[in-house]
Amino acid sequence: MADPLGNALVYLAAAVVCVPIAKRSGLGSVLGYLLAGWLIGPWGLKLVGDVESTLHFAEFGVVLMLFLIGLELELKRLIEMRRAVFGGGSLQMAACGAVLALGLIALGLTWQAAIAAGLALALSSTAIAVQTMNERNLMAAPVGRSSFAVLLFQDIAAIPLIALVPFLGAAGGEGGTGWPGAAKAIGAILGVVIIGRFLTRPLMRLIAKSEVREIFTAFALLLVIGIAQLMAGAGLSMALGAFLAGVLLASSEYRHALESDIAPFKGLLLGLFFIAVGMSIDFGQVIARPALLAVLVVGLLVVKGTMLALIAPRLEVPPGERWLFAALLAQAGEFAFVVFGVARAAQVLPRDWEGLLTAAVALSMAATPLLLIAFDRLTARRARTQRAADAIDDDSAPVIIAGMGRYGQIVGRVLLAQGIPITVLDHDPDQIDTLRKFGYQVFYGDATRLDLLAAAGAARAKLLVVAIDDVADSLALVDLARASFPKLTIVARARNVRHWLELADRGVTAIERETFESSLKSARTALTVLGVEPYEARSIAEAFRRQNMITLNTMLPHFRDEAKTVAIVKSGREELEENLRRDREARQQGSADGWH
Amino acid sequence: MIALIYAHPHPARSRANRVLLEAARRVPSVTVRSLYDSYPDFEIDVFAERKLLLESRLIVWQHPLMWYSAPALQKLWFDTVLTDGWATGEGGTALVGKSCLWVTTTGAPSAGYTPEGVHKFPFAAFMPAMEMTARYCGMHWLPPLVLHGAHQIDDHALHHHAAQYRRRLQAFAADTEVARG
Repeated sequence: MADPLGNALVYLAAAVVCVPIAKRSGLGSVLGYLLAGWLIGPWGLKLVGDVESTLHFAEFGVVLMLFLIGLELELKRLIEMRRAVFGGGSLQMAACGAVLALGLIALGLTWQAAIAAGLALALSSTAIAVQTMNERNLMAAPVGRSSFAVLLFQDIAAIPLIALVPFLGAAGGEGGTGWPGAAKAIGAILGVVIIGRFLTRPLMRLIAKSEVREIFTAFALLLVIGIAQLMAGAGLSMALGAFLAGVLLASSEYRHALESDIAPFKGLLLGLFFIAVGMSIDFGQVIARPALLAVLVVGLLVVKGTMLALIAPRLEVPPGERWLFAALLAQAGEFAFVVFGVARAAQVLPRDWEGLLTAAVALSMAATPLLLIAFDRLTARRARTQRAADAIDDDSAPVIIAGMGRYGQIVGRVLLAQGIPITVLDHDPDQIDTLRKFGYQVFYGDATRLDLLAAAGAARAKLLVVAIDDVADSLALVDLARASFPKLTIVARARNVRHWLELADRGVTAIERETFESSLKSARTALTVLGVEPYEARSIAEAFRRQNMITLNTMLPHFRDEAKTVAIVKSGREELEENLRRDREARQQGSADGWH
Repeated sequence: MIALIYAHPHPARSRANRVLLEAARRVPSVTVRSLYDSYPDFEIDVFAERKLLLESRLIVWQHPLMWYSAPALQKLWFDTVLTDGWATGEGGTALVGKSCLWVTTTGAPSAGYTPEGVHKFPFAAFMPAMEMTARYCGMHWLPPLVLHGAHQIDDHALHHHAAQYRRRLQAFAADTEVARG
């Protein structure tokens, strides 16, 4: 089946059918994709073939995922994590790899094959673990951070592992390492640093200024694909390169825009990747040697899980979450497929074992959601009596300010002066540049896009300040926020009465007309200059404000009816004049309300 | 220097207090701070107020009496300017040794402040709160200057009272000069 559209039809249909069902029944999206893959694959309905090339293509989803993870992680935090990554990661690889290798020797493999396969099985699946952690909001929790540190080390360790496996074989390696290889690798990493640090931001600025949105998306993809190719060309991990580029761009103003542009591609490709894994489960092996396969899968999960739980305290995993940590990382990952392939080619691993182990890896990946469900069931019983403290330490700002023009800036500066972190969205590159020079966290993007709003942390923020000057955009954003993030309190800027009414009609209660308060202030000053006492001028302005608000609120139910609106405005004005006239008369009669 | 803290919500409509204030204003070393004119939004610039107090040896509180007490903004002034650590408590010695003069007017004539009068108590019964505010800050409490019957008082009596007020401020200013010189 060479028809790409036909293939796309099958993949998308399978995903659309299976994933919601799996999610609904509490199995999680990953298992849904795996089931979809099995359904359409060579052991199901045989709707698509060519598993390997699909898997290869879809691995790009993992690359995009690591780019996005990098975007979330500033360089400073990555440096803080170095002990967890290198210390914790190497401990995990050594402990799990050694015990798994011993187990494989016991099952009859040569020591060379056992070491290669043991280490390969010690690698976990970044795709599955991270997807699962995201789904459960665990990435910012301590267990999520420890897991991620381990996964990051595995991504680094996988490269030398794949390079060294051939040396275990009789044939030996084919070279490619040594000085030229190392120089190429260093060159590629330097290239990524230069691209991420120096070239990308000015380029993105130019592109943002052109205001062609899809070109920005195209550039974002170009950036990640380019970096992936650069790394692959130097024999390094594409995912690692993308991760590095992400980290370098984490502090840039385009972070949220990149995130929201890349996220859908990542989601789809990662889904495709899981589907491909589902298709690659070789049920021939299951039928041929069910007992041995069962021993491999269960043995892998039990041995690796136990080792993970044992080393968890060293990795600063909270005591109550040791088995969650184990369940998250117990499966083997996508790198194992590659290592097995290389090991077989180097005649380290017999062909039948390669098939068996590949099936075991895929099944272990499929088992992860089930392990987590089991973990939930077990802890739910305990949690009924006592709920553990919320481990989520959220680093997102409680306030999002959309529009950092003259209006938003004042709101933002007052909040910042109180030490309240804010996330700012603006779509004027020049404005952003200026603000960033003064140390503000400003991100480029159109706040009326749901994905960007979500990327800015709208789901966790308390407050959205809508300070956009365009009335249509402001209303669109309010509609969007009220529909998608109903818990978010909205503080809105109204350009004029009409805009005020439109906002109030949408249920926004904290609205300020942008010129109203300052006009009242000027009116007070004018009165004072003309001899009215300042305190009196204030009372007059207050009376005006009150009456004006009453008029607005009276207009609210009828503001689309022009005749009625005009009548209300007129009667409001008359009432105000009547009140003020009464005050003035009282003053002229010398009444000072009893003051002497 | 003399700081005159004036609290009248309607200074332009006042009769008695305006006459008194104009008399006091003619004493050269007096700085008048009209609270309702300076802070119509009830947002007192505490720093500026304290600066004035630190530069002064005599602090005058002048206001009409309302509900047996100072007008609301004068009370807010006490609450925000005379705080713990500045005017009172540990390290709160900013006003120690300064003098304080209370100048007030009442609508009722002095007969109102008798057991048979509308206010039932002698006027002295309403003074301790103000006196202790000053003394608690370490200030020397001068005999207050009180004008009763401010609504009905005739011009002659009012101006006589105002002159008395001015003389007391002048005497204080002169004493300070002597002490210095």
